[in-house]
Amino acid sequence: MIPHNESMMLHTPFHSRCAAACEVNLWEDWKGYTTPQVFTEVDMEYFAVRNSTGVFDLSPMTKYRITGPDSEAFINKLITRDIRKLAVDRVSYVLWCDGEGKVMDDGTIFRLSEDDYRLCCYTRALDWLMWTAEGFEVTVKEETADVAALAVQGPTSCAVFKALGFVGIELLKPFGMSRFKFSGSQVMVSRTGFTGDLGYEVWVEPSLAESFWDALFDAGKPHGIRAIGSSALDMLRIEAGFLQAGVDFIPADETIRAGRSRSPFELGLGWMVSFDKPVFNGRRALLRERAQGSRYAFVYLDVEGNKPAEHAFVYHGDQEVGTITSAAWCPTTKTNIAFAQVDAKFGRPGQSLVAEIYYERELKWTRVMAQCKVTKGALFSPDRRRQTPAPNF
Amino acid sequence: MVPYGGGVTFMQNGDYFGNHTDHERHHRELARHSKRDADAYHRYEADVMKQTRIIRPFLMRTPPDPTSFKPRDIRELIAMAKAFSGMGEVGLADTMRFWTMSIGDFLEEYFESDVVKAHLAGSGIIGTALGVYSPGTAYVLLHHYMGDVDGSIGSWGLARGGMGAVSNALAGAFKSFGGTVQCDAEVAQVIVKNGKAAGVALINGDEIYSRIVVSNLDPKRTFLKIMDEGDLPKDLVRKAKNFKIRGSSGKLNIALDGLPTFNGLPEDSPLCLGEKHFIDSLPRMERAYDDWKSGTWSKDPYVDMLIPTQVDPTMAPPGKHMMSVFVQYAPPMIDGREWTSEDRDAFGKTVIDQISSYSPNFKDLILHCEVRSPQDIENEVGLTEGNIFMGELTFDQLLFNRPFPGYAQYRVPPVKGMYMCGSGTHPGGGVMAAPGANAAREILMDLKRTSLVPEGYDDD
Amino acid sequence: MMTEIKSEYDVVVIGAGHNGLACAASLAKTGRKVIVIEALDSPGGACATTEFYEKFSVSSCAQWLYQLNDSVVSQMSLEQHGFELSARNIPTTVLCESGDHLTVFSDRLEGAGVSDKDKAAFKSFTKQMLKFCDVLSKAFKRRPPNLVDRSFGDVMALLGLGMKIKMLGKTDMRDLMRLGLINIYDVMEENFDNDLLKAAISLDSVMGSHMGPRSPNTVFGYLYRHMGDIYGYGRPGVSVVRGGMGQLGQSMAKAAKAMGVDIELNASVDRISIDLDKVMGVVLKDGRELRAGIVVSSADPKTTFEKFVGLANLETDTLRRVKNVRMKGDAAKLHIALDGLPNFMGLAESRLGDRLLIAPNMEYIEKAFNPSKYGKFSTSPIMDISIPSIHDSGLAPEGKHVLSAIVQYAPYDLEGGWEAGKQPFQNLLIDCLSQYYPGLKHQILSAELLTPVDIEERYLIHGGHWHHGEISLDQILMMRPFPGVSQYSTPVDGLYLSGAGTHPGGGVLGLAGLNTAKEIISQKKNRTG
Repeated sequence: MIPHNESMMLHTPFHSRCAAACEVNLWEDWKGYTTPQVFTEVDMEYFAVRNSTGVFDLSPMTKYRITGPDSEAFINKLITRDIRKLAVDRVSYVLWCDGEGKVMDDGTIFRLSEDDYRLCCYTRALDWLMWTAEGFEVTVKEETADVAALAVQGPTSCAVFKALGFVGIELLKPFGMSRFKFSGSQVMVSRTGFTGDLGYEVWVEPSLAESFWDALFDAGKPHGIRAIGSSALDMLRIEAGFLQAGVDFIPADETIRAGRSRSPFELGLGWMVSFDKPVFNGRRALLRERAQGSRYAFVYLDVEGNKPAEHAFVYHGDQEVGTITSAAWCPTTKTNIAFAQVDAKFGRPGQSLVAEIYYERELKWTRVMAQCKVTKGALFSPDRRRQTPAPNF
Repeated sequence: MVPYGGGVTFMQNGDYFGNHTDHERHHRELARHSKRDADAYHRYEADVMKQTRIIRPFLMRTPPDPTSFKPRDIRELIAMAKAFSGMGEVGLADTMRFWTMSIGDFLEEYFESDVVKAHLAGSGIIGTALGVYSPGTAYVLLHHYMGDVDGSIGSWGLARGGMGAVSNALAGAFKSFGGTVQCDAEVAQVIVKNGKAAGVALINGDEIYSRIVVSNLDPKRTFLKIMDEGDLPKDLVRKAKNFKIRGSSGKLNIALDGLPTFNGLPEDSPLCLGEKHFIDSLPRMERAYDDWKSGTWSKDPYVDMLIPTQVDPTMAPPGKHMMSVFVQYAPPMIDGREWTSEDRDAFGKTVIDQISSYSPNFKDLILHCEVRSPQDIENEVGLTEGNIFMGELTFDQLLFNRPFPGYAQYRVPPVKGMYMCGSGTHPGGGVMAAPGANAAREILMDLKRTSLVPEGYDDD
Repeated sequence: MMTEIKSEYDVVVIGAGHNGLACAASLAKTGRKVIVIEALDSPGGACATTEFYEKFSVSSCAQWLYQLNDSVVSQMSLEQHGFELSARNIPTTVLCESGDHLTVFSDRLEGAGVSDKDKAAFKSFTKQMLKFCDVLSKAFKRRPPNLVDRSFGDVMALLGLGMKIKMLGKTDMRDLMRLGLINIYDVMEENFDNDLLKAAISLDSVMGSHMGPRSPNTVFGYLYRHMGDIYGYGRPGVSVVRGGMGQLGQSMAKAAKAMGVDIELNASVDRISIDLDKVMGVVLKDGRELRAGIVVSSADPKTTFEKFVGLANLETDTLRRVKNVRMKGDAAKLHIALDGLPNFMGLAESRLGDRLLIAPNMEYIEKAFNPSKYGKFSTSPIMDISIPSIHDSGLAPEGKHVLSAIVQYAPYDLEGGWEAGKQPFQNLLIDCLSQYYPGLKHQILSAELLTPVDIEERYLIHGGHWHHGEISLDQILMMRPFPGVSQYSTPVDGLYLSGAGTHPGGGVLGLAGLNTAKEIISQKKNRTG
């Protein structure tokens, strides 16, 4: 009998530190965990990542550990990319589909050793993973609460780690990972993130969480380190062009109405589908879609003006051709960015569309028909994101 | 309406499964029993919701007659076919599977934890003379999910002041439109003249004339008791005789001196407010049904218990409580004979023992206990065999088969002016009032009057 | 290991059961080069004759013939290849402990003081059921139609079926709408008074399934079984095959060979080889690989997908459906070698060749069913008994006899396992039989019980389920074996299913095999045309 847990909300291993730093007391529920939406001020937090270093507690991310002799084959059946190309100590952005080729979730896979992987994702997928594991010699274990994680992102993030004594971290390539000694134990650092900037994610055992936070903030003080909440992160990921499951698409197995799920092609993620590998979920359906064409396209829009186009309808002439899923005014690129799902034929770069934006000022609603243009890709992608050794700022 | 929170199924090992209404707590509680089940739940929820969405638009519509060539029936059938083909080939096959499966088999496809399955299976058997392994019970589950309270699908609530408050409100509305309600007026006979309904004769000898008679009684009572066989087609009488309306549930109403405590459940848990069940596996539930099949009440009964006074203080003096216990299964007859008062006592004792094995102070708090066998329910409320749905909710008695094929459009051909509007008609039982609304629409149509009765659902 | 690559075949058929052979023969007729691979040492699969005791032979799996489609016999000219019935239109006698038995003929009743009312009701009941069978049989002779992504053929089939139903007339159509979904228990209570009669019809409705008379949808079980009265060889009623059911397998094999089919016995399949999602052929346990663009598996869906294809090679949606197919057998088989002519209390010698049932009333059947839900065998089992040596003296030495019985309920997942449960269950069965046949124990020379686990091992059927999957409304038509794979083709291009696990289902019908062949031929046409 497992003890009953009557607490209304769960706390991450960094909770005491987050609570101390959360000056405005704005919290939210993330998969049952109490997490800060804003610590001090959204703009300050946003600029910490673009200008110095921002720290985000991502411990509530769902994490699975996949081990066993068939783990590579199992993962290759699960996801659309070819995991055989992923070397040990490397990380890959992945997504997976149901049998109809519709996206169930996206996430990152860490190859910890030959037959040992960690999968981080948005949904709770144990049931799907267990079904997929049938026929493979593989163990899938949920380890969300066993691993504490922080995203440390921004131009000075490498300098912060160097100050922390993580020697050689500047040599870590994007999507690479490495282990560093800390307090008589070890932490894992990967050069990954959700901000499009130079940055790292740190994976530590929960017992070390608080002392690591303290050491990190001590080391980071001269480098402008600051804790950030989910509101700032949302701006950052939109600017960098990253999709958010549950916002920019609905996980396929949670959709109820026909036609509400989306394929990788329809999310602009066709490049992540590798047909040159053994059978994987969605393969047949995706082959069919590739041959017959997709119904929807996912586009980045550069929207005129500075009113975020959240939830706006998208028109082409009089015709309604789609809706906006995420939108934000992005201070660094100085653009009004939006993600939209539109009919496939309106998805080409350069396409002109119109967004119908509503905004409220003192109980008065104003409607703006904003011109927008489909851009070629995400607008924010600085060199420092890719440079190795990581530059010093 | 007052919402009440979640529910609990108590386990033989001293633990329980709590059905929290909050999404995250629900997930954590599921994970306590099985991490895999916790993650499978959203697939289950989505799949059940898909089935609910396909059937809901038909609740507030008159079922078409598939044997008919009338334009209206054909139009409705085509609309139905269209709705179903929207699900796609595999989706449609899945729907057909869902309708014909047992709730037990259905749940096995999602969950591994016994108590989770048992908790969810309850909705598949309540009020139904079928077991969790009987084909067709998955659909019955739907019947408990598809209602709405104040517009939120699948939520349940308590009527402040008890269910009688709903009746009083309906009667009040009816009177405000100029209607008259006459109580203590049992109908002896529907008067039929020249093949047309002409009114009703009461048992006190009074006669009330009207060119329209609408029976809200169950089909057996309507056609076999208050109508004359000579006024009805033979085929209809045969179908009424063969109509499945089985007593399968009993009820206990218990006055309590205070609030009982339950094994393992903290007194301040929000789960205390919800419904409570005391059977933790599908085989135990099925065995409860086996008892019913062999003509006796379940020795290890499925109990759906609620203490409404926790959320509605109007129903008991301060500090005291009222407990409502719905029991599955209790047969309409014991071994083919009438219930005796000894049977009733023994049945009540079985149920009280079941509850008290999970609640140590329960027995000491009982001030008064009223036991209702299906026979008592029949005698008091006039539901044949005490069947709460006025007829089994199996597919041979649903949609255009309810109450019988050929008589599913609320009329009683060839008797002009005679209608049915009870739970024995489409879409069936539960406090839904949809059969009444559908019948009203049909009657107004026959009268060539404008109908303001809503039709269908705009279900998005 | 030596690997011999043969690629001279167009089609490899796995399993020489009646469906596999019917499919192979149909395909060979179109000029395709076909080989049938069979793991056992004789053809026929569950149509088997076994010498279970010195000089005593019995149909050791299926024992009655009542559904074999006419066109299988005619297309393969089986009569010219040694197929012969030793008796047909065999009546059913329901045994009563008092000795006052009821005999049910295809068109009348006799004995047990059955009332005139029941006699009349029986006539109208069987007449109506036959009408319904006639309608449903239209859906059996072709692949299940697509309801949404309809082809022209599907539309025509649906219209044809629709017309058939409409032509029933309002009354029958309405009865069909209701009866198709109801349980046999209620229908019996509505129609008849005689307990033995009600039990006899109920038994037909639940035989071979995990259901009791009170389980909803069991009327469908009755209709399914009596479909043979519309198109079955030797109809109406049940027949026995001369030389046992194995003879049917032998004659089908001979016929298939005559049509150019190669048959290899004692050849076990290790796996179906697949390149991505296309079938490449079959790899045998001895290491040989038979290459072919088309592989037809008449093995059950679980064996085919779990063992031969491998779950790892299936997309998760598909494998979940494979896993969820319900196919745990509940029927066991009892064979007894008898030292003389059996003597059932009150049963005339002339009735010994009947189909004898032990199922005195519906409650008895329901109570027999109850324990199987909890992994226990029936303490008062139901039996469907055949004494084939009455019709076919070749099965036993002169003056001796063979008794064969299908017994229910014997759940595949017996609590404690069949190793421990087998002997107690066999003793119980013999005691049960002795109540009707008191001299039995003195006449037993040898007895053999095949539990569902034995049937699984001997005939290579997952779960030992004779239908390769429950015949219940949620596993028929476009839901058989599961949605998405109901038209014989599978997610693996070139791999087809053709066994009892596919539409229309199990029993010795041969229709699944024929329908598969039709599907393969028409798909080829579509591709080339």
